[in-house]
Amino acid sequence: MYELFTKLSSWMIPAIIVFIPLYAAMRRRIPVYETFVEGAKDGFGTAISIIPPLVGMMVAISMFRASGAMDLMLSAVKPAFDWMGIPSEVLPLGILRPLTGAGSLAFTADLIGTYGPDSMIGRIASTIQGSTDTTLYVLTVYFGAIAVRRTRYALKVGLFSDIVGFFAAIAICLYIFR
Amino acid sequence: MVNWIWLFFIVISVVVAAINGKMDMVTQAAFDGAKSGVTVSFGLISIMVFWLGMMRIAEDAGLLTKLARLLRPLVRWLFPDIPKDHPAIGYIMSNLSANLFGLGNAATPMGIKAMQELQKLNPDKDTATPAMCTLLALNTSSITIVPTTLIAIRMNYGSANPAEIIGTTLAATIVATAAAILADRWYRSRSQPPPITPRPPLTKPSGGGEVV
Repeated sequence: MYELFTKLSSWMIPAIIVFIPLYAAMRRRIPVYETFVEGAKDGFGTAISIIPPLVGMMVAISMFRASGAMDLMLSAVKPAFDWMGIPSEVLPLGILRPLTGAGSLAFTADLIGTYGPDSMIGRIASTIQGSTDTTLYVLTVYFGAIAVRRTRYALKVGLFSDIVGFFAAIAICLYIFR
Repeated sequence: MVNWIWLFFIVISVVVAAINGKMDMVTQAAFDGAKSGVTVSFGLISIMVFWLGMMRIAEDAGLLTKLARLLRPLVRWLFPDIPKDHPAIGYIMSNLSANLFGLGNAATPMGIKAMQELQKLNPDKDTATPAMCTLLALNTSSITIVPTTLIAIRMNYGSANPAEIIGTTLAATIVATAAAILADRWYRSRSQPPPITPRPPLTKPSGGGEVV
């Protein structure tokens, strides 16, 4: 099953890259190379326009982790986790996941390395990491690219779904792999 | 809300660092963070340039419209206020399919492009539209069929069954996405009509399948 999936996803991108221009050239007689260059022009400016919001967010998150403020936050929530019977080792992941993709991936890899990929903690960590995206990053990049300042309820919705996803991942793993 | 979270992070960090005597580390972390912000953006340049070029071909060839038509009922339901056959829908669908197949580096450029298309429909350029919020909700909870990176990590650490988390991940991601859609719907219904937006009268979505 996994073999099939990896095969499929390694073929996916080349297939798209061949199909789009081929279809455009054969069926629609589109000057594919020139169209490509024309569209690609937008990419540079867009990527550059994301720098200011991304720097702002990364600075804040990086400070938050380095100062020990995050550890403090964790120790505050830990008793509630112990009470619910959730392995509190995965707790930092719940806070890291919405904030930093690279940071939470590193933490997940560390948990998998320490407790083993087939331990309950390893499985829960994998599931949490895989089941949601980095909310703050997505928000910063998407709204940053179009310079929208008032993001209304988007952040609340993103964080809410992260919390739901976090507990769902734990509950599902505790149930399936018991 | 973003303003408050940002302020909260910075103020709390400095206060906690002062108590822990970690001031130097926090200073260092601030500049490291700035550097990684730039690094990430620079990493995006090549991906953005490439995929936006590709997608322009797809757009001109009418492939995006085709993709959008394929899933029209779903789109109508999720994004009721985008006009029929608007290019934004094609980009949204490409973004969601890229997410679905775990093609992370293709998903971001298409998502950004979709946001730019949605911004064209936005009467108040400073404020997010409901459609933008819905797209964000779908992306932050991103349904993924195969979490390829994680399976690779698990293999690295010698898991007996690296792919066993596909099922649990899929279940968790479906729950998270459902929560995101529900919360988004709830906020959307509460915030209508959108504030300070003298929008031109929109034609009501007819829901029909006719082609323009």
